[in-house]
Amino acid sequence: MNSIAVRGMLVRGMLAGLLAGGFALLVSYFLGEPAVDAAIAFEEHHAGAHEHGEEALVTRTMQATAGLATGVLIYGVAIGGIAALVICYGLGRMGRLGPRAVSALISGAALVCVYVVPFLKYPANPPAVGDPETIGRRTALYFLLVVLAVILCVAAVLAGKALAPRIGGWWASVAGGVGFVLALWLAFVLMPGSGIDAGHFPADVLWEFRVATLAVHVTLWTAFGLVFGELAERLLAPGGRRADAGRGAVGAAAVQ
Amino acid sequence: MAQSFAPEAASAQPQAIAPVSLKTLAPWAAFFGILMLVLLYFVGAEQGATSVFSGTNVHEWVHDGRHLLGFPCH
Repeated sequence: MNSIAVRGMLVRGMLAGLLAGGFALLVSYFLGEPAVDAAIAFEEHHAGAHEHGEEALVTRTMQATAGLATGVLIYGVAIGGIAALVICYGLGRMGRLGPRAVSALISGAALVCVYVVPFLKYPANPPAVGDPETIGRRTALYFLLVVLAVILCVAAVLAGKALAPRIGGWWASVAGGVGFVLALWLAFVLMPGSGIDAGHFPADVLWEFRVATLAVHVTLWTAFGLVFGELAERLLAPGGRRADAGRGAVGAAAVQ
Repeated sequence: MAQSFAPEAASAQPQAIAPVSLKTLAPWAAFFGILMLVLLYFVGAEQGATSVFSGTNVHEWVHDGRHLLGFPCH
C-alpha cells in the first residue's frame, strides 16, 4: 500500500465513520434522549446545581436534535479517521486476513478499549448525576483509562506475537487475552473511584441511560467495522476479483 | 501439469496484502491523527474540565452528545 492508497483508506474511514455516526445518532436519539429528559426533569424538580439551557443559551430542543447530531457525527468522523489509519497498519500484518476481517477485528478491539473498559470503571452519568466540583478529576481519570486500555491492548498483541513461535498462535492469543484482563484488573484496583453520589436519583433511569450509551457505541463500532471493511475490500480489490485480490489490487492502488 | 497447477493454487488462495511501511503512514497519522484527536477533544471535554474558548457555548451545544457518548460532562 502506498501513500495514495492510505489517502483513499483515510477518506473512506471518515465517510464510514460519518455513516456509522448516523446510525449511532438514531440510537442515541430514540434510546438515550428519553433517559436524558427524565434526568433533567428530576434535576429541575429537585433544583439541582447545574442549570440546563439557562437563559435559553441553547434550548433543550436544540441540544436534543442539532446539538446531539453535531456531537455524535463529529465523533463518528474522528474515530473513523483514526481507525482507518490503524487498520491500514494492520493490513498485511495480521496473517492472511483480508480487509473485511481486519476491519471487523480492529473495530471490535477499539470498542472494548475506547468505550467498554473505561465504562466498566467510570460509567457514563446523565445530567443531575455528578458534582461539577470534581469534573476536572473525573475527566482526567476517564481519559487516562482510555489511553491505558489502548496501551495494554497493544502490549497484549505484541506479547502474543512474541510468544507465538514458542507456544503456537492459539495459546499465544489466549495468553495475550488473559494478560490484558489481569493488567486491567490491577488498574481497576489501583485507580481511584469516581466519587459520584447519585443521591435520590432513580436507579432505573441511571441504568437505562448507561445501557443507552453502551448501545450507542456498540452501534457505532459495529456499523463502522462492517462498512469500512467493505469499502476497504473494494478499494484494495477492484471489481472483487478474487484471483488477484492481493498483488493485483495493491498494484492497482500503487499506479493510481 | 505442474505448470497448470500453480496458477490454480494462486487463484484459490488470494495473496496477502503487502503491509504499508511506517514511513508512508507517518505523515498521514501525524496530520490527520492529531486533527481527529482535536475534534474528539472539542466534542468530549472542551468547556468542561478545561477551556480553549471562554464561555459555555460549545459545552451547551454538544451537551447531549457528550452525555450519551459517555464523557464526563459536569
